[in-house]
Amino acid sequence: MALSQKTKETLLGPLSQNNPVIVQILGICSALAVTVQLKPALVMGIAVTIIVAMSNVVISLLRNTIPMRIRIIVQLVVVAALVTLVSEVLKAFAYDVAVQLSVYIGLIITNCILMGRLEAFAMTNKPWDSLLDGLGNGLGYAIILIIVAFFRELLGSGTLLGFQVIPQWCYEHGYMNNGMMMMPAMALILVGCIIWVHRSINK
Amino acid sequence: MKWLYNIVEKLRPQFDEGGKFHAFHSLFDGFDTFLFTPNTTSKRLGVQIHDATDSKRTMIIVVLALVPAMLFGMFNIGYQHFLATGELVSGSMTCALFWKAFAFGLLALLPLIIVSYVVGLGIEFTVAQWKHEEIAEGFLVTGFIIPLIVPIDTPLWMVALATAFAVIFAKEIFGGTGYNIFNVALIARAFLFFAYPSKMSGDQVFVRTDGTWGWDGGHSLVDGFSGATPLGQLATATDPTVAITNTVGEPISLLGAMNGLYPGSVGETCVWAILLGACLLLTTGVASWKTMLSVFVGGGLMAFILNCCGIDNAAANTPWYMHLALGGFAFGAVFMATDPVTSARTEVGKWIYGLLIGVMAILVRCFNPGYPEGMMLAILFGNLMAPLIDWCVVQVNIKKRMKRATVKKQ
Repeated sequence: MALSQKTKETLLGPLSQNNPVIVQILGICSALAVTVQLKPALVMGIAVTIIVAMSNVVISLLRNTIPMRIRIIVQLVVVAALVTLVSEVLKAFAYDVAVQLSVYIGLIITNCILMGRLEAFAMTNKPWDSLLDGLGNGLGYAIILIIVAFFRELLGSGTLLGFQVIPQWCYEHGYMNNGMMMMPAMALILVGCIIWVHRSINK
Repeated sequence: MKWLYNIVEKLRPQFDEGGKFHAFHSLFDGFDTFLFTPNTTSKRLGVQIHDATDSKRTMIIVVLALVPAMLFGMFNIGYQHFLATGELVSGSMTCALFWKAFAFGLLALLPLIIVSYVVGLGIEFTVAQWKHEEIAEGFLVTGFIIPLIVPIDTPLWMVALATAFAVIFAKEIFGGTGYNIFNVALIARAFLFFAYPSKMSGDQVFVRTDGTWGWDGGHSLVDGFSGATPLGQLATATDPTVAITNTVGEPISLLGAMNGLYPGSVGETCVWAILLGACLLLTTGVASWKTMLSVFVGGGLMAFILNCCGIDNAAANTPWYMHLALGGFAFGAVFMATDPVTSARTEVGKWIYGLLIGVMAILVRCFNPGYPEGMMLAILFGNLMAPLIDWCVVQVNIKKRMKRATVKKQ
């Protein structure tokens, strides 16, 4: 499948050049809250990707019929329906993760990235482009979540996806897990570091 | 001194532009100005007023002021150790034992000081080299304070990590020495405190019960030994009228608290040594007496009010003068709150800033058992508030003068 330059930009731009978290600084709240461990972050990333992509498509299909004055309500209804769907699926098939994510799955409704993409892109673009844009932004969000969660779980608990990575030998010789990594404050510092690295690469 | 000067001058061309070691010019520059006053003179035009006290001299005075606290800290490390192993019974100090205790403490503390300086100065030099700036001298004091405000049993790699974290995230990203919002040494301590709480509080870390470098290890501890600090005892006490004791169960009086022969972070225990440093800081004008005094006044008043309230809480029932003498209160008030970079700068602001720190420190001590010592958090809180305090003071002053400056009606 050959993608045109513009399509490529729509899909891949949000991964780095126009990343929703580290360039637009959106969705920081959940990036701090669900990244203590890798697994919830992974699930959260996937959930947001699916919801952004699908709601983008739905809104894009409806875009010519939505009255301008009530568009926010329509968008909210679509997002809320999708969030409820995802939440039910998670509760059915991955209950422990759903418990860990608790309120943050429901709060995807208020995620700035979602409303931002719906307003800025889906309302004025065709469904196919909107799908790609949704996927790109969702993945851009997921990447940052995964990077932050990787460092927080590795340094804070010595595990990755629940498996012990740092050998027992280190603990016996005085290594300790960094409790600061479990706090949201450190997640903010990590996001700051990612932004730092990102900006010094893409001047 | 002439021969040293000659050596420096001989080496200078190699570090100048185009010289062999130009890559290390900031290092050379740093040592040159550390040893001798810079030979720059004022230009024909412009400001002609000079002061011999540049920031390097200021920093050296603070380091000198810290020396008594450090020396006493060294002695106290050894003293607590030999008290714990039973080699020394309190009240029976001989000359030989004194020097033995001091040597033990010296060996125990030296690695901490070296690690803190090597890591911090390493980062500082690298950044200076990278940005083509002069080496800033702020770390001279920070690197000296960090070992003095941690428990002696803090692992070296933790000190290294905390120092690196503090220098990078509390100082360099804000623009280096003089631009930091928070006290860098306290950020290092706060990092340790939140990242490795089991190594920063409790009764296991403040007294070295093992040997140092294999010297005097493997002793069993004397009966009734407890390594809890006085503030730690207050925080964990269930009885609101508990009496604080030293490591072997003898009660601590006010004089005992001033003398400082009890477990605690290395440099914080002896009030006399800290007051000696305070004298030097005040006579040279490096620290503000207003900030220093108001921290003590704020803490004393708050503790006095709590004493009178009759709260069912061991820390709140401790007499106010004990609160000022115990823990890191005096050390924080003299050396950390007065940091000219992070404290309030307006004269009225200094009073407000100091009072705020004193009050907060006592409130944290008394009402949050998770944090036996409130001084660190109180000073960081004060640092955070200092710009706001200054802004308010300036605005009030502007308003006052605006009122006075009305045009006379014809």
